[in-house]
Amino acid sequence: MQKQQEKHMTELRKYRVFGPCATKFGADNTGSWRYERPVVDYDKCIKCGTCERFCPANVVYVKKDQKECIEFNYDYCKGCGICVNECPTKCMKMVPERGEE
Amino acid sequence: MFDIQHNSKGLVAHGISACAGCGMELIMRNVLDVLGEDTIILIPPGCSALFSGFGDVSGLKIAGFQGNLENTAACAAGVRAALTAQGNTHTTVVAFAGDGATADIGLQSLSGVLERRDKIVYICYDNEAYMNTGTQGSSATPYYASTTTTPAGKPTAKKNLIQIAIAHDIPYAATASIHNLNDFRKKVQKAKDTDGPSMIHVQSPCPSGWKYNPAKTIEVARAAVQTGNWILYEYEDGKVTINNKPKELKPVEDYIGLQGRFKHLTKEQREDLQNSTTKNYEKYIRQLESMNI
Amino acid sequence: MAYKMLDGNEAAVEAMKLAKVQVISAYPITPQSSMSEKLSELVASGELIAEYIRVESEHSALSVATTAALTGVRAATATASNGLALMHEILSMTSGNRLPIVMPVVNRGVAAPWTLWCEHGDAMAARDLGWMQFYCQNVQEVLDLTLLSYRVAEDARVLTPVMVCLDGFFLSHSMQKLDVPSQESVDDFIGPYKRHNTYLDPKDPMFCCDLTGNGEFTEMRYQQKYAMDNALKVFEETVKEFEERFGRKINIVEGYKTEDADVVLVALGSMCGTAKYVVDKMRKSGKKVGLAEITVFRPFPVKQLKAVLTGKKVIGVFDRSAGLGSQGGPLWCETCALMINENSDIRHYVGGLGGRDVTEANLEKIYNELLEISEGNRTEHSEWIDLKENPLDIRKVVKNV
Repeated sequence: MQKQQEKHMTELRKYRVFGPCATKFGADNTGSWRYERPVVDYDKCIKCGTCERFCPANVVYVKKDQKECIEFNYDYCKGCGICVNECPTKCMKMVPERGEE
Repeated sequence: MFDIQHNSKGLVAHGISACAGCGMELIMRNVLDVLGEDTIILIPPGCSALFSGFGDVSGLKIAGFQGNLENTAACAAGVRAALTAQGNTHTTVVAFAGDGATADIGLQSLSGVLERRDKIVYICYDNEAYMNTGTQGSSATPYYASTTTTPAGKPTAKKNLIQIAIAHDIPYAATASIHNLNDFRKKVQKAKDTDGPSMIHVQSPCPSGWKYNPAKTIEVARAAVQTGNWILYEYEDGKVTINNKPKELKPVEDYIGLQGRFKHLTKEQREDLQNSTTKNYEKYIRQLESMNI
Repeated sequence: MAYKMLDGNEAAVEAMKLAKVQVISAYPITPQSSMSEKLSELVASGELIAEYIRVESEHSALSVATTAALTGVRAATATASNGLALMHEILSMTSGNRLPIVMPVVNRGVAAPWTLWCEHGDAMAARDLGWMQFYCQNVQEVLDLTLLSYRVAEDARVLTPVMVCLDGFFLSHSMQKLDVPSQESVDDFIGPYKRHNTYLDPKDPMFCCDLTGNGEFTEMRYQQKYAMDNALKVFEETVKEFEERFGRKINIVEGYKTEDADVVLVALGSMCGTAKYVVDKMRKSGKKVGLAEITVFRPFPVKQLKAVLTGKKVIGVFDRSAGLGSQGGPLWCETCALMINENSDIRHYVGGLGGRDVTEANLEKIYNELLEISEGNRTEHSEWIDLKENPLDIRKVVKNV
């Protein structure tokens, strides 16, 4: 449905409305919040999907067919560390966002 | 319709200004994932208003309305009444409100909806205080927890919302915990399929208000259930099912030790809390089991 | 067209029925209760096809009506007095979200002290929340103004909710022989509900009423003001059409024998019926008095009232609400603002509070005072016109001290 909308937006007319309403679907720049980010030891990852399941921002994705099997959307990752904390094989860790200071 | 300016997996934007590690953010994503896009959502002011958006931009891709703090249930009833008048029986109406908006100021309008059997799904995400305004105590704040209006610890126990729903004898009511998302999602699906009002009371650990490392949100939710502080059960057409009965309760310290809002407790208070937790758990399980006789 | 004997509440319900409201959420409160009853009877019998939501408070009543209207149906509620006070914050939600709900308000004073009876204090306390307010003079007007309100409120140039105010007991419980239009003629006049502006529709989603910053809030309030300013023009157009279809004229402001009047009284509501009677009576003895009866109080009918009051040197304004802490009641303050550049002596009168009848004697006394003022024979006037002697001593109690 999203692709359809993107295509039609340019063709559809915009109507003026009064009063408070949000007409755009967008995201805040939450990736700028974090001061540490999760990284994965791909050798130890068993692709169980726990990290993906528990991420509140839904920015962790398991790619079962890839060697680097976990993808993070770092645009929005807040660095909360839930994925690292819940990982059953402890194959993840948090590292400082801007390298060792 | 929405002007889509952000690529998201699912109906919720990835950049929501909820605190890092927010339980409510995980709850909302799972709720909408199950309910789907043929849904109208009612959100009161509070933490969940972060999803409504600011100005012209919303973090949700579905139709929704931000009402007042105390009338989320009534607003949902209004939407349902209109849909019925329009001959629409397929759209889901969901109220997504916090503990303050439900157990305190919103209890009256909730009771009205439950008594009238209005067909809405009511999700109460319980972070156990008025978090958005700065962690003031609510009737869902647990015994001994410190909040800005109960700084020395709350002197009374937590209000039991699902028992209130059961007193109205609604077709489906359940508690849930985010450490077991399969269980939670099944419950949301059952709520969606209920012909009448349904209510889910899900605990929403809050790193900012409960004062713990955000990484431990799921761990805290799990500890709540394992120590007997949060009981998982369902009430379905008059029958109670207890979803999880730990063989032995873990000590309360495993739960409160993780959280700064309990760190002020003296040794005596900790003993008192352990005793009351165990006693209340056992009494409550017996009470729930006796309801099936 | 048919003649029916109906009281004010029944007339309002008749109009709501003819308008085919689709969602009803009315909570009972004296003197409105028979409206909530009658509406449920109509739904139960099938005479009105609607969803009747038996709400548990007025706050929920207007909440249900508001979200129902936002979802795209004609929603109805009605209230009075403390009920209007309880739904106060929701009034702002309805108007701020530009939802054209028509709500009869049976005017009754707000506690304390407790009263069940007529005054305008309830509606006046809600006058700044962005709702239009129409005041009915008689029971036929209750029917007619309610029907008109759907057209005015739902007009795309207006999109503003309306309170149709009728005096508690004096109109709500008084029967009159009413000319009730046929269903077909009302279908033709009002028609089915058309959603405009924002709405809740999963097939065309938007998020309504989210947080608005200080960079846009002013503009949204201005949009409401702009619509209020349009409303009088739309009202004028609609009454013209109403007169053509149904043969009855409604005035935004009625100047009753004011053209050559030496003094004019400005007033709202059912007391105007008595006032007209007094005007006629006094005119027989050569006293040139007149009445400016206001139907549309919000938006305030600047042009129309000015047309009646220009050149009048002595004016009395009757507020059926106390206006505590203010220099005068709401109607007086508005009238003074209207006449700010004119050289008129505008006198403030308060009366008819808490169900006290506004009598012929009260009105004669007012007019005589105004006449004496205009002749230069009087400076002071009896502001609280029906105040008893020794008002501070009406209660004495034995105390255990």
